[in-house]
Order: sequence, then C-alpha cells, then structure tokens
Amino acid sequence: MLRPRIIPCLLVQNNGLVKTVNFKSPKYVGDPINAVKIFNEKESDELIVLDINATANNGEPNYKMITKLAAECRMPLCYGGGVRTAAQAKKIIGLGVEKVAISAAAVENPQLVTQISEEVGRQSVVVVLDVKKRLLSKDYDIYTHNAKKNTKRSLFEMVTRFEELGAGEIVINSIDNDGQMKGYDIELARRVKQIAHIPITILGGAGSLKDVGNLVHNCGIIGAAAGSLFVFKGVYNAVLINYPKQSEKDELIRTNYPF
Amino acid sequence: MIALVDYGLGNIQAFVNVYNRLGIPVTVAKTAHELESASKLILPGVGAFDHAMELLKASGIRQILDHLVLSKKVPILGICVGMQILANTSDEGTLSGLGWIPGRVRSFTSVPETAELPLPHMGWNDIHVTGGHKLFEGLEEDARFYFLHSYFFESLHQYSVIATASYGTDFCCAVQSDNVYGVQFHPEKSHHFGTGLLKNFAEL
Repeated sequence: MLRPRIIPCLLVQNNGLVKTVNFKSPKYVGDPINAVKIFNEKESDELIVLDINATANNGEPNYKMITKLAAECRMPLCYGGGVRTAAQAKKIIGLGVEKVAISAAAVENPQLVTQISEEVGRQSVVVVLDVKKRLLSKDYDIYTHNAKKNTKRSLFEMVTRFEELGAGEIVINSIDNDGQMKGYDIELARRVKQIAHIPITILGGAGSLKDVGNLVHNCGIIGAAAGSLFVFKGVYNAVLINYPKQSEKDELIRTNYPF
Repeated sequence: MIALVDYGLGNIQAFVNVYNRLGIPVTVAKTAHELESASKLILPGVGAFDHAMELLKASGIRQILDHLVLSKKVPILGICVGMQILANTSDEGTLSGLGWIPGRVRSFTSVPETAELPLPHMGWNDIHVTGGHKLFEGLEEDARFYFLHSYFFESLHQYSVIATASYGTDFCCAVQSDNVYGVQFHPEKSHHFGTGLLKNFAEL
C-alpha cells in the first residue's frame, strides 16, 4: 500500500542550513550537504530543500549547490527557491532533481505552473504556499517573500486553481506554526486534503513523531514535512539531525492509518 | 560494462552514484561508439512519453540500441518513462514506443478506482513479486520503492509481468521479456531496496 511520506524540509540561506521560527530569526544549524548525507543514512522518504534567499534577493537559483545536492541525495529531492521561469525549472530537473518547487512566482503568475508542467511533466511540479489564518475567517491568506508580503489570495481557491493549471503536488506551509513544534494545523490539512485531487504535503509545527502520527490519523495518505523536528533534539534544542527508523515509521503509520 | 544510456532524460548521476558505492564499474554512453561494447544497458527517463521518444530519436542511437537489444540480446533495464517507452503505444502521446515488450501505456485516470485517488501516484509503495525473478532476489519480503507517475504499463502478455503494485487497482510495476526489463518505480532513489535491485541487475 502507498504510505504517507515523512519528509525533512531543509532551509538554506547563503549556502548554510538554517532554521526559522515564524519565518523569522534564521539560526545557522550546519552544512546542507552534510545534512543530506545523514538523511541518506537514515533513509528518509524524500527531502525538500528550500533556498530562502533566492526569491527575496531576486537572484537566480544557485545551480552549483543544486548540482551538489542532487548528486549527494539518495532519496527523491524537491528543490525550491528563486525559480521564476520554465527554463530554470527544466535546468534544475536536468541536474537530477525529481521535483521543482515554485512559490512567489506561481502566486504572481499562475500560468507559470502550466508552462513548467508542460516542460518537465506535472509529476515534477510542486507549488509551495506559505499561509497565515485570516482573522475571523476559516480561510487562509497566501504570503510570499518569506512571509513579509500578504497577497490576500485565498488558499482554498488557489489550491484548486493550481491543480487545474498543472501542479503535481502542493506543499502548505503554516507561517503561524513554523518552528513552534506544537503540532500541525490539522484543520487546515483536513480541509486542503478534502478539496485536492493531487498529493498534498503539510509543513509547519511538527514537534514530535506523535504530531506526525496525528496528521496521518486525520488525513491518511499525506506528506508530513518538518524542519525543526528533524534538525533539533532534546529540551535545549541542540542541533542534531535525526529521523525515525523504518520500523518506527511503519509502527507510526500502522497505529494511525491501519492497512 | 554497464552503460547508462544518456539521451538527455533522467537522473544519470544518481545511477552512477549507486554503482560507484557498489564498486560496480559503469559508463555514461551518449553515442553509438560509446554504447557498442556495453554488456548491460540502463535506460532512464522522466517526463512525457513523446518527449522521451523524440529525444531518443534525436540522439541518433536508436539503431545501435535496436542492434544491441534485439540482435545481441544485451540485457536492458528501462526505468520509469524508460520502462513505458518499451511498450508499443501510450495514452499520453501519439508517437510509437520501442515496442520491445508488447503492451500499451495507460493513464490512471482511465481506471475508475484509481481516478478517485490523488494523482500522480507519489511516494513509497510495496510491490508484489510474481514468479520470483532474479531481479528481485532478496527483495521478496517487505520491499518498497519510490513511485512518481500518472501512467502505467499494461502488458499484452501476463507472463511478462514480474511484479505488481497496488494503487486503487493492481498494476504492473515491473516487466520482463527475454533480455528486456522495465520498472516503473525509481530504484536509484529507493535506498537499500533500490540498490539491491540495481545490484541484482548488474549480476544477471
């Protein structure tokens, strides 16, 4: 049976690995290639690497770094950051990356999703949406530029739109829950999962494997992505790359989503 | 030596890395000359069926591949779209496939039970090995592989199916006919399970 995916999400800034809280105060936590090597050994389901500089600085994706990541990565890799054109996406896929993520560029120009999808195939197109709950509403606003810019677009409307335009997966990143390690926004996950016909991955808030289990329990086959959970360890949040063993993952899925 | 067929599609480096770790020599081959002496072939592929066939045609290696696979009977392993183009036709495109294993590539949306599920079929899934082929030696129990696709290979002959997976419906995820092999999943991205399969292929 197809399994829920448990996915470490690494943030990169100036070639270093960082971790944020509510998208702010990035803390340097190590070298990305080194982290990839550890996740290889731990056999993680997939890996997401987001370069949080690239869009904010209006820069080109760092192809040198992407080449190194792709060569090192023994699991499927999704890269995001600074991708604004179909040509860039094609180049990144050509470097050996399985999936390319677009965010701000897709929100500003949704047709880009179609263009990239036609170029690399929809299975390789991931739209990452950073969202924040609207006041007195069940909907969420989509933000861009590291949560500095509110586009005022409705998440639920845009999920359907991106799906129609050719996205192969949507990653929903909760700004409110980022780095909090208090659990996923389950209501958000359930509602997106209900309306979507493509794979969905939820990011933001996981503080323990129990939180991952809770997401799986509520949503079944879903991507459970996390940053802090797989990067920090212990009460003092010391930097220590960690990831559940295969037997732990199997147990977690079996208890929460019996098959 | 195993030659990784480089016609512009697929993650060649990932295969190189796996075989380097295994200590099995491989070469990346782009031209007829480079392919000539191959003892095994790996045909990767991602993206659309027609795009893969167009690139293969443009690469100018079709003739040598036909010669190696059909006359010299060199074992070849197609991966993902590299497996799909082994078939005669695909719902995804209008071009003819290589036709090395009789079959047709179908869309999951044409299967009612699967059409209701999220597509593409993305993630780690179990496989069911039918017939115990050497390609799956040591992988009969508990093996899982990474899938990322919306189309699947429908083999004309049931005996060509050497493994199935389930997503709404049971579908063929590995085929074999004589010296031609294909897998829908990505062994190069499936950790020790995939490494095991690629090692088995090297040792066939």
